[in-house]
Amino acid sequence: MPIRTVMKANEAAAWAAKLAKPKVIAAFPITPSTLVPEKISEFVANGELDAEFIKVESEHSAISACVGASAAGVRTFTATASQGLALMHEVLFIAAGMRLPIVMAIGNRSLSAPINIWNDWQDSISERDTGWLQFYAENNQEALDLILIAFKVAEDERVLLPAMVGFDAFILTHTVEPVEIPDQELVDEFLGEYEGKHAYVDPKRPITQGTLAFPAHYMEARYKVWEANENARKVIDEVFAEFEKKFGRKYSKIEEYRTDDAEIIFVTMGSLAGTVKEYVDKLREKGIKAGAAKLTVYRPFPIEEVRALAKKAKVIALLEKNVTFSVGGALFQDFSRTLVNEKEKPILVDFILGLGGRDVTFKDLDEALAIAQKALAGEEFDEVNWIGLRKEIL
Amino acid sequence: MAVRKPPITTREYWAPGHAACAGCGCATALKLATKAFSEAMEEKYGDPDAFAIAQATGCMEVVSAVFPYTAWKVPWVHVAFENAAAAASGIEAAWKKKGLKGKILAIGGDGGTADIGLQALSGMLERRHNVVYLMYDNEAYMNTGIQRSSSTPYGAWTTTSPPGKYSIGEDKPKKWVALIAAAHQIPYVATASIGNPFDFVRKMKKAAKVDGPAFVQVHCTCPTGWKSPLEKGVEIARLAIETGVWPLFEIENGDFHNIKIQSPGGGAKVKREGGKIVAIEFKKPIEEYLKLQGRFKHLFKQPEAIDQLREQIKAMWKVLGVEVTLPKPEE
Repeated sequence: MPIRTVMKANEAAAWAAKLAKPKVIAAFPITPSTLVPEKISEFVANGELDAEFIKVESEHSAISACVGASAAGVRTFTATASQGLALMHEVLFIAAGMRLPIVMAIGNRSLSAPINIWNDWQDSISERDTGWLQFYAENNQEALDLILIAFKVAEDERVLLPAMVGFDAFILTHTVEPVEIPDQELVDEFLGEYEGKHAYVDPKRPITQGTLAFPAHYMEARYKVWEANENARKVIDEVFAEFEKKFGRKYSKIEEYRTDDAEIIFVTMGSLAGTVKEYVDKLREKGIKAGAAKLTVYRPFPIEEVRALAKKAKVIALLEKNVTFSVGGALFQDFSRTLVNEKEKPILVDFILGLGGRDVTFKDLDEALAIAQKALAGEEFDEVNWIGLRKEIL
Repeated sequence: MAVRKPPITTREYWAPGHAACAGCGCATALKLATKAFSEAMEEKYGDPDAFAIAQATGCMEVVSAVFPYTAWKVPWVHVAFENAAAAASGIEAAWKKKGLKGKILAIGGDGGTADIGLQALSGMLERRHNVVYLMYDNEAYMNTGIQRSSSTPYGAWTTTSPPGKYSIGEDKPKKWVALIAAAHQIPYVATASIGNPFDFVRKMKKAAKVDGPAFVQVHCTCPTGWKSPLEKGVEIARLAIETGVWPLFEIENGDFHNIKIQSPGGGAKVKREGGKIVAIEFKKPIEEYLKLQGRFKHLFKQPEAIDQLREQIKAMWKVLGVEVTLPKPEE
């Protein structure tokens, strides 16, 4: 029987790792994800998880050790956030390029300077071009589930790419919520044992991994990463379906809420989705035709689903906790690309908010709504809007 | 007729056909190191192939694994420049879980070890992974075209330590990574040289057989970067030993009071106390080593710089507990 209990997202991530039975975990403590390696240490110390836990001296070595272990063909897990993820940056490309299905939990946190330990998505958004799959959790249950799902997708032979699962710093990492821990037997059935068939370090079958490629071969290797990302779209749908069948919880790349007759759809990710759904309910009571949508999967970018969503709205308001300089937010860029050649398309308005852990309140969303309504009415509007800026200290 | 047994296994793990420069001393080092490893694995586990390599980016990496070819007949993983030790840690952990017997050999040049990879190396040694780290020391970033590293000796020309009106070339003393490694109190640390291949092989075997981490720093020549004759690599490496430029020693379990210094040869007079070498009077001046290499050519116009190098070499030996006398060449 599954256990219903309460826990923080960090504990949920550690539980997911335990259930997935990785052989090697390498991690370095960083706020707000420190509890993940701490909890895993406990599992290992108590013999509840039979794994090698490498207590590395940096995040760079954490991911490098994971690459070594995954290249040796075993299931591998790590967790980090913010500066730690940034320190891993170069090796993230290597993990994807070597096609190693490492899974990593991210306590989504802002980047320095100024140093700030609170939530936004700039850390993992900055890694969107590394080739890693990216999932974002709305709540602690999703943090647990998506890590299991990430292993299954990452290890699929049509994919073989590393995957990261983000959950918001403090809002989820340190907040206790009800979580259902699935049965180990069911997880075993779902995930099975992993043994790298393409990646192994075996003296009986010596292979060379991580070679140098001249211009004659490099581009093809990069294309294979592209292709694997494309393949992941279908695999993710299959895995979501299988997960629902086994565990009863339904996932989709984009989760829609009251979108059917919506004029304005707010699109966001992570824990903000909960706030936005509630906000939409409030707007509906007032007779405002608003809806919400949440991206559970960010890489591969759910192009088809975004196009389907776009058909339902006159205005899409993107609520994002990250900045891509000159452009606005990363979602604005991705949505623009996805809709650029569509015959009929909604107006896109971008909102940057909640950076560095600033609360996103209904008052902030009112501010965004007012701009979205201007766009809906055909009035002039700013494409990129910083919401909740304290103008008096600028 | 009696057939003499070859002094080292004829098994090859670093195969011919790699793209190293003619006369590459480091290629020789890797060939010997893998053969030594194989012998050690055979003696320890009954399986000569029971090892794998994690290698840092560097000249020995790029010349050996050009897709779709490979020079490696042993499992081999390259991740990046600074993390061979960390990648080796991961492989070793995976082997432990898989129940595979054997040892991981991590390989890095001086740049990937003494500079950018020093932290990952320290972490790996401190965590006591069952890994031998082999630093092949050709004393500069040769892969990128001869830039100075912290292992470049005083006075040497490199493209980023050019001699000029205000420069004698590299102006800092060489960093001795073997001593840093020994400070981790790991089971085994040694310096070696391709100028004494039998000693190098013995040390690699010893390193491979200990339980836990070991570190070997092997001096190997680079005719391209050292501007030295292709055929004189081993001779130059031997002269480094015989003139006192390159000390050969072993440190076990971080015991700095019991550094095993080896006699340098070359006519040097060795003074022992209680079996330990306490003083060496070298007979060959360091100029004999320097003059065969274009990278030190400019020093001969500034003999005070060579004297400065002599002082640094003495200071380094003093750390090892040995008073040395370094002669000047006869006028």
